Amino acid sequence: MSTNNSDQYYVPESSGLALTTAAAVATMVGGLSISFNGLTFGDGTGGMGWIVALAGFTLFIATLFVWFRTTIIENHQGLANQQLKKSYALGMQWFIFSEVCFFFIFFGTLFYLRNLAGPWLGGEGTKVGDTNGVLWQGFQYAWPMMTTPQEAIGISNQVQANNGTFTSPTGLMHWDGIPLINTILLLSSSVTCHFAHTALLANNRSRFNIMLGITLILGFVFVGFQVEEYREAYVELGLTLKSGVYGSTFFLLTGFHGFHVCMGATILLVQWLRSTTKGDFTAEDHFGFEAAAWYWHFVDVVWVCLFLFVYII
Amino acid sequence: MSEHHGPATGIQRWLYATNHKDIGTMYLWFSFAMFFLGGSFAMVIRAELFQPGLQLVEPAFFNQMTTMHGLIMVFGAVMPAFVGLANWMVPLMIGAPDMALPRMNNLSFWILPFAFAMLVSTFFMEGGAPAFGWTFYAPLSTTYAPPSVTFFIFAVHLLGASSIMGSINIIVTVMNLRAPGMTYMKLPLFVWTWVITAFLLIAAMPVLAGAVTMMLTDIHFGTSFFSAAGGGDPVMFQHIFWFFGHPEVYIIILPAFGVVSEIIPTFSRKRLFGYSSMVYATASIAFLSFIVWAHHMYTTGMPLAGELFFMYATMLIAVPTGVKVFNWIATMFGGALTFETPMLFCIAFVFLFTLGGLTGVMLSLAPVDFAYHDSYFVVAHFHYTMVAGAIFSMSAAVYYWLPKWSGKMYNETMGKVHFWVAFIGFNLTFFPQHFVGLAGMPRRIPDYALQFADFNMMSSIGAFIYGFAQLLFLYNVVQTIRKGKVNTDEKTWEGAEGLEWTVPSPAPFHTFSTPPTVK
Repeated sequence: MSTNNSDQYYVPESSGLALTTAAAVATMVGGLSISFNGLTFGDGTGGMGWIVALAGFTLFIATLFVWFRTTIIENHQGLANQQLKKSYALGMQWFIFSEVCFFFIFFGTLFYLRNLAGPWLGGEGTKVGDTNGVLWQGFQYAWPMMTTPQEAIGISNQVQANNGTFTSPTGLMHWDGIPLINTILLLSSSVTCHFAHTALLANNRSRFNIMLGITLILGFVFVGFQVEEYREAYVELGLTLKSGVYGSTFFLLTGFHGFHVCMGATILLVQWLRSTTKGDFTAEDHFGFEAAAWYWHFVDVVWVCLFLFVYII
Repeated sequence: MSEHHGPATGIQRWLYATNHKDIGTMYLWFSFAMFFLGGSFAMVIRAELFQPGLQLVEPAFFNQMTTMHGLIMVFGAVMPAFVGLANWMVPLMIGAPDMALPRMNNLSFWILPFAFAMLVSTFFMEGGAPAFGWTFYAPLSTTYAPPSVTFFIFAVHLLGASSIMGSINIIVTVMNLRAPGMTYMKLPLFVWTWVITAFLLIAAMPVLAGAVTMMLTDIHFGTSFFSAAGGGDPVMFQHIFWFFGHPEVYIIILPAFGVVSEIIPTFSRKRLFGYSSMVYATASIAFLSFIVWAHHMYTTGMPLAGELFFMYATMLIAVPTGVKVFNWIATMFGGALTFETPMLFCIAFVFLFTLGGLTGVMLSLAPVDFAYHDSYFVVAHFHYTMVAGAIFSMSAAVYYWLPKWSGKMYNETMGKVHFWVAFIGFNLTFFPQHFVGLAGMPRRIPDYALQFADFNMMSSIGAFIYGFAQLLFLYNVVQTIRKGKVNTDEKTWEGAEGLEWTVPSPAPFHTFSTPPTVK
């Protein structure tokens, strides 16, 4: 290696990790494309697609494991100097910023559909064009949308190209059941995550392990409740992806959030395992945990916005 | 772990690269290859349009050509070219030993060949490649799309991931690895424009990812984001797309501004006029790029207040852009000018990009845009900004820094021949398109009315000349690397300033292992 001197910059050896990761991700999404097309267009190749996607995914996880392992070993060897650690921190912060932008567009979608597109479909603002009178006569706009424009005019009267049947739900998703419990769970987990951090800063490892463990449990219980919520939505309320924009936005926003909770919890789990089994992290050096904690707080903030805009308002 | 540090040997040097120069080189060659692929599609388009009537290809295939030409040029040629340039030059310009995150740097590159392999493979699928235009408006890209659209969607996801990682790398490099004394307001302008570009990319690419994700669920999982039957809105797709798309066009042009701001001072033998106003103008353009998206949608339908807001906001962009053009001209004013190939491309850039900018102001006016919309006038407008803007500045950058990269000097006569053939070819291609557009010829159409025949023939001849010019470009680059006159001067150009001219030529594998001090 060029240097162990912490005043000098660390340039890693050439590495096959990136190429393997790129190949794995490409295999994964290629497989997904084949299988999605198999589902929709039924050309009989879907099954093979799932296998390809799974192979790509497995390789992806394996390379990520090796990649992070390499980074951790380098850090233990003292190769990661303060400057590199700052680069990691900045990199993580900008990554979270890109995630903010990702959710921003989905909230924007919800806002646009609820406040602009919906009322226009219902006949408001005829200066823009009277779509209601021409295409969706009889459709009245309300949010949550309990009758889709298609149902309002009857599917057989639909002039617009038919790209699916959109059936409204029979009931609403109320905020004061599972969503409220989940809000309390996730907010508490953010607090315990913070306590874990302060415990680590105070060199109290057992408290750190316990607090982080509680955070993890809260996170996984959250996911469990969300699975139950989805079951209720599909089975009892008839609220599905095909329920028009109410179902579409509901599942898109909560689904991507749930996916991020799973990722965040997995990252935290790895940090917990590192601490409990390897004794990693010190009060001064714990970027892996810190980055995971930032991510967790971010996921928490997104949930608060979700709770407000998807469930309550 | 050995005490080395030369490059690895053989193919591993490239496959396993962590060195910013090697990765930059791969980006540049990859984008060059994509430039020829996208360019060959343009040749098909112009050959078909050589005469009225259907000549060579089926209309459906013509649509695939226009779509893939746009996608490959934007995402495969121009963007990776500037990322490659940033990889090479940003560490050299700020006195950093490498990029901040070298392995991730390699990942952002290697995603690209896979993503484009996936995108190009759609040509061989049932139903053909995407044919809905590079803007892929719903419902053309959802309800009426060929099955290959799924591969297109995931390819776009991959490209987005690559761009975001590349941008994070650049922005972190500049924030964290500047040499001591290199304050933000001492950064070379190319670095500044890339910082702002990286910010735009990190903010805009997730929006594109969101858009294609909603397309994916609409196509395969029964959601109705872009279908009015379920309460959605196809127009919303256009809003989301252009909320990404307008920052995207500045992502393409801002690094070009940076290149020109480096080269013009060198060959004017003067410092850049109005450095800080250049920085602020770049930042203003970036900010405005997020609040002007719907000027692409005047005819789609919007409340009047919306049309007015987007019209005035768009016209505002002319102010910071005007500042930039003024500064470039003021830099040249009274300078000891010489006209080497990079300078010729830059002067052409200033001249032609300004033309493209002025037609942009015309298009920004909502009432007249109703007449220009979706006509060849729009095609002429954005090729003046994208080709004469981005591609000309990229050509300038290659001639300007090639001696530093390769340690060889290009043949000045051949460079000038390339420039003049490209300049004449470009203008012959796109200048007449203003006229046919204003006269009513629609874009993305394989056939046209007879009165447009002469101008279209001129356009096609120009396009073939411009395509030939790029072969000259390739020849020049290859000949320089193979047989160019050895040039080991640290400072290739007498008027050049900046840290990249303090390292040997060719730039050694590792530079600035100990940071220089900037006064």
